[in-house]
Amino acid sequence: MVNVAKLEFGIETFGDIVANEDGSLKSAAESIRQIIYEGKIADQYGINVIGVGEHHRPDYSVSSPETVLAAIAAVTKQIKLATAVTVLSSDDPVRVYERFATLDGLSNGRAQVMLGRGSFTESFPLFGYDLTDYDDLFNEKLELYGQLRQEKPVTWSGKFRAALKNQEVYPKTEHGELETYIGIGGSPESIIRAARSGYKVILAIIGGQADRFKPYLDLYHEAAKQLNMPVYPVAVHSHGFIADNGAEAVEVAFKNIKANFDRIGLTRGWAPMSREQFDNETKVGSFYVGNPETVAQRIARTIDLLDLGRFDLVYGAGNQTAAQRERMIELYATKVIPRVKEILQAKAVAK
Amino acid sequence: MTIKRVGILGAGKVGITLAGLALNAGYEVRISGSGTVDKIALTIKMLVPGVIAAENDEVVANSDIVILALPLSRYKNIAATLLTDKLVIDAMNYWWETDGIREEVLAPDSTSSEQVQAYFKDSTIVKTFNHMGYHNLQEDARPQGDPRRKALFVTGNDHTAVDDVAHFVDTLGFDQVIHYNIAAGIMTEPGSPLFGASLDYQTLKHTIDHFDQTEFGKKITAAK
Ligand SMILES: NC(=O)c1ccc[n+]([C@@H]2O[C@H](COP(=O)([O-])OP(=O)(O)OC[C@H]3O[C@@H](n4cnc5c(N)ncnc54)[C@H](OP(=O)(O)O)[C@@H]3O)[C@@H](O)[C@H]2O)c1
Repeated sequence: MVNVAKLEFGIETFGDIVANEDGSLKSAAESIRQIIYEGKIADQYGINVIGVGEHHRPDYSVSSPETVLAAIAAVTKQIKLATAVTVLSSDDPVRVYERFATLDGLSNGRAQVMLGRGSFTESFPLFGYDLTDYDDLFNEKLELYGQLRQEKPVTWSGKFRAALKNQEVYPKTEHGELETYIGIGGSPESIIRAARSGYKVILAIIGGQADRFKPYLDLYHEAAKQLNMPVYPVAVHSHGFIADNGAEAVEVAFKNIKANFDRIGLTRGWAPMSREQFDNETKVGSFYVGNPETVAQRIARTIDLLDLGRFDLVYGAGNQTAAQRERMIELYATKVIPRVKEILQAKAVAK
Repeated sequence: MTIKRVGILGAGKVGITLAGLALNAGYEVRISGSGTVDKIALTIKMLVPGVIAAENDEVVANSDIVILALPLSRYKNIAATLLTDKLVIDAMNYWWETDGIREEVLAPDSTSSEQVQAYFKDSTIVKTFNHMGYHNLQEDARPQGDPRRKALFVTGNDHTAVDDVAHFVDTLGFDQVIHYNIAAGIMTEPGSPLFGASLDYQTLKHTIDHFDQTEFGKKITAAK
């Protein structure tokens, strides 16, 4: 059963370009500075984690999330600093370790690595990798990262990177290991890989009902048991938008989330999002949109249904104004999170 | 033809979703991945209990209909002779994440299912299930007559086979818009307004009937 006292709540941004009030767009540099400010207020409101994505595209401002997180670290006290996600397949695990160990040092142990395969292809040609090695790249690098994370001399060889012979990596962290999540989508293979890795799991639910993941989580538990690996409460991340007025929230979200999904769809060849599809996602699917009460009810339902330990709301999709983004963070922290806990507490008592 | 036993090659997102739908519809269902049974056994047991995990040969040998639910870049790993004389559903599309560079997977001058049909030359290929996302396939399946029922495009060169598959699609929970031309499958490939959409019968039929007026349709006409 959900442990309300231990529940964590996060926000995540993919670094979408922020809009001015007149609809024109801010620069990538301004958008990055906006994220630093949002990290600061999120920390003041007591949100547990902020995650920043890695993209190498014109419509997102952040390609180097640890740098952004380092700046947030300097203006915050408690909030954990996560990537959402680090595209491990096209990165060098040694560098990943070094960057996060540095972030961990300067933030007093608040760094959180979230490893994933990413959902964009741009990083592959950019860093000289072949997309057809998609699976092999991730598996090999995940294994090397796992060894580096033990912070002992590493001897390793593989296909995609120079071998290491009894090599130390620095700096060592104060707590002996970097907190690490593995980010996964809907494939059964990825959840078994996550169980095998022994890392905490964050599940991206970006379409459809949370209900369909129930058997996947059973699979995670069963696989971990068979592999003799630890099981952690699972985290979920999904898109959302909150405003004081529910109808207004829906309109802002429709315009922005649709624009965001359609733009990505264009490169993948999938059809633009219909209003029916969007409404379905906000009513029973994976978009958490509305006034604080509506969003709290829906988040509480998902947490209870999937027995989660953490929920991250992806904010700022499309081109939202700074005011919309900041108000959303405030409502999430001051209204939604306490209300979610209240609902879950009442449920726990009833049980 | 009466279809009683369904075989699915590919135990990923789509394969498992279709296995669940077929099981619910009362079929005997077998499924395989690229490797041995033990690689998929736990997944199948947990996600679609009742479906039989097997290897490709066993799946094909015990099925009245076979569904290709593996990445487009991988179907040539299956010997063409394995599917000789079989009724086969092609649920595959080109998809960057698994298939890599498009030109390496698909010849530019024909459609994906034509290429699949040409490879499995002694099998009867019908294309369907490919244009709806797997979570829509799972969540939108409805009994006949349900006002919220969605529709799938079904096409192939063999009349009887297309009709049999259309009936099969019906039993899994979807209306059908039918064509008798495998090349018509292009209308549901990536880039089409139908790809990744979950539409009711009227909307799907209307788009198919007026396909040359869509942006994608115009592009295809221009390329001819
Ligand atoms: N995802 C969707 O929403 C969707 C919707 C409609 C159609 N489709 C199409 O359906 C196909 C499958 O997509 P997916 O999303 O289900 O992919 P997926 O999750 O990656 O699953 C692919 C499955 O195919 C298996 N496979 C690979 N080579 C094989 C072989 N030679 N014999 C038997 N099985 C083999 C893989 O097994 P291993 O893991 O052992 O390699 C894996 O289980 C693709 O062509 C896709 O375009 C996808």
